[in-house]
Amino acid sequence: MIQTTQLSKKYGQTAVLQIDALEIPKGQSFGLVGNNGAGKTTYFNLLLDLIRPTTGSVINHEIQVNQSEAWKNFTGSFIDESFLIGYLTPEEYFEFIGDLRGMNKADVTSFVAKFEEFFNGEIIGKKKYLRDLSKGNQKKAGIIAALIGNPKVVILDEPFANLDPTTQIRLKKILKELTENKEITLLVSSHDLSHVTEVCERIVVLDKGNVVKDIETSAATLQELESYFSI
Amino acid sequence: MVLHFLKLEWKQFFRSAAFGKSIGVKILLAFFALYFVLMFTGFGIGGFYLLKKQYPTKDPLFLVNSFLLFAITADLIFRYLMQNLPVLNIKPLLVLSIKKNNIVHFVLAKSACSFFNIMSLFFYVPFSFVLIKEGYHTNGVLGWLFLMFLLIQSANFLNFLINKSNIAFSVLLTIIIGGFLIQYYNVFNIHQFVGQGFNFVYQNPSYSVLGVILLVILYILNFKKLKSEAYLDEAIATKVKEANSSDLSWTEKLGDVAPFIKNDLRLMWRNKRTKSSIWMLAMGLLYGLFFYPNPMYSKMNFMPVLVGIFSTGAFLINFGQFIPAWDSSYYNMLMSQNFKYERYLKSKFTIMTISVLLLFVLGIPYVYFGWKILAVHFAAMIYNIGVNTHVILYGGTFNRKKINLDEKAAFNFQGTGAVQWLIGLPLMILPMGLFALINYLVSFEIATVTLGILGLIGIAFHQKLMATITKKYIANKYVMIHAFKQEN
Repeated sequence: MIQTTQLSKKYGQTAVLQIDALEIPKGQSFGLVGNNGAGKTTYFNLLLDLIRPTTGSVINHEIQVNQSEAWKNFTGSFIDESFLIGYLTPEEYFEFIGDLRGMNKADVTSFVAKFEEFFNGEIIGKKKYLRDLSKGNQKKAGIIAALIGNPKVVILDEPFANLDPTTQIRLKKILKELTENKEITLLVSSHDLSHVTEVCERIVVLDKGNVVKDIETSAATLQELESYFSI
Repeated sequence: MVLHFLKLEWKQFFRSAAFGKSIGVKILLAFFALYFVLMFTGFGIGGFYLLKKQYPTKDPLFLVNSFLLFAITADLIFRYLMQNLPVLNIKPLLVLSIKKNNIVHFVLAKSACSFFNIMSLFFYVPFSFVLIKEGYHTNGVLGWLFLMFLLIQSANFLNFLINKSNIAFSVLLTIIIGGFLIQYYNVFNIHQFVGQGFNFVYQNPSYSVLGVILLVILYILNFKKLKSEAYLDEAIATKVKEANSSDLSWTEKLGDVAPFIKNDLRLMWRNKRTKSSIWMLAMGLLYGLFFYPNPMYSKMNFMPVLVGIFSTGAFLINFGQFIPAWDSSYYNMLMSQNFKYERYLKSKFTIMTISVLLLFVLGIPYVYFGWKILAVHFAAMIYNIGVNTHVILYGGTFNRKKINLDEKAAFNFQGTGAVQWLIGLPLMILPMGLFALINYLVSFEIATVTLGILGLIGIAFHQKLMATITKKYIANKYVMIHAFKQEN
């Protein structure tokens, strides 16, 4: 369970995020949508304790993220390319993340091998550094790295952007399987309304830092979101 | 059209990362530039009289001429290693309604104004002035100078045609080494031969037109080549190197810091900026050879301290001063990963300590210059491990500048701030001063032992010191995350 209370982030006088209360129960697949500048990435950065909240707090499985670092044990995330180490090959990068999450090389290799279809033969064994991969392939590597080490919470910022259609479909499948057992809490943000409605059981719309909609996904959700955004 | 290009260049220059640097770095760069300009100008003005004094029977112009073949070949080798055709930034222009011919002319013209071409003129122009003043024919000297100018430009364009081909490079090396050997064993007097050729131009200035022909031919060749290659998959393509993975499993023996150490080793091998630090190791190691054989320095007792700190700490200083900025481009990720900060810092400490030990062992042959030197080096090694590693790690908490690993290293001051200069004080000056003082007041032995003891104290308090440093890093976490996101 991730509890957000009275959370706000201000830069000078401008408030970029203001969430009074938001609870994400364990095992939920949670989608965050909103136009540019709505505060999606800010919220994720606050969840990961990469920026300091102006007020309020985030509690991730009973751990307040800016008080203790214990949440890092069970939280996997991929925000953007700055999460990748450019001079490593994808294999080395997975191994590094695995090391930090207490998995040995063999475990990591067999875990990553499960995603061979998702990688489409473009990641493993290519003898390329991450910095030399295309944006889409970098993203694939980053997403899978976030899943290494049995995380209880997975945070992905715009996972569908830059991916080709086939990979988008495969990613949706992976994310759905991930939350099947209601063990893993998944948080994704996206600009693609149809993807996010397909993957997530709950969708929150942010606008200028405020929660303006909190919807349990149903057949009508996509319609509702489209009409909301086509102002 | 030309005006547009010039405007772009102007903006590129003044908005470039290098220009936005701190005032201190700017002054330093300006100082370097000024130094070179003054050196060359000085040689240009004084060279004539110097040569006259050294070889009173010979004509200075002829002497200069006879060395020109070597000067030009050396210039080409230097360019081969350092100079690149500035093509990458024309990418956005390709799709605009600008004729490709114009773009290519622009790139070539821009290369003609490069630093490499201007530098040697600082020698040739003053030298020519002196020649005229000393009564050489004005026309002849001007013709000669014109030819020099053309040859410099030709070298510029020839370099791009050679385009990093190893064959051409070996040809250049052969010319310079072969030429030297031929001259040395008096097989054939190249100096005489080449010198006569250039003297001929001095006597018949109109022949300098030959240089124009050479330059035009080279320019046309360049133009054709570049025009046919102005595509994204050719000249403008960024080269992708194949990844080479070496087995680093031996690092596993180092325990829980192994993943970070593996990363740091890869960081150093695979990035332009860090590769040069590896060369600095060799430099640092051989540093003592500048001083020890020289009897002038052997009288200065604190010299071995400087050399000892520097040669065993070459890596420590080079690598350490930019902790944690080396990891700045993915600092976000590290901060959301599951590890204790202490472990990260411990890995940096371990890698620096290993380097110090290793460099000390490699420096043992310095014992040739006396056991005293080795003793001081040993004390300096302990000081480096016990004191300097901690100082430099602490200094790292003040690092607020991102480092872009892909950029070249020479004259790259990215990531450098006041910290890097200030940290040098306790790192080098303090042990030197202390040593000199005790050596003066008490004795050499006590001074050496004091240095070692200081180091041992540092090692004894290692855990405490690291805990303090870690706290400081954690306190600065958000500031550093924010700062490392900024492109400077």
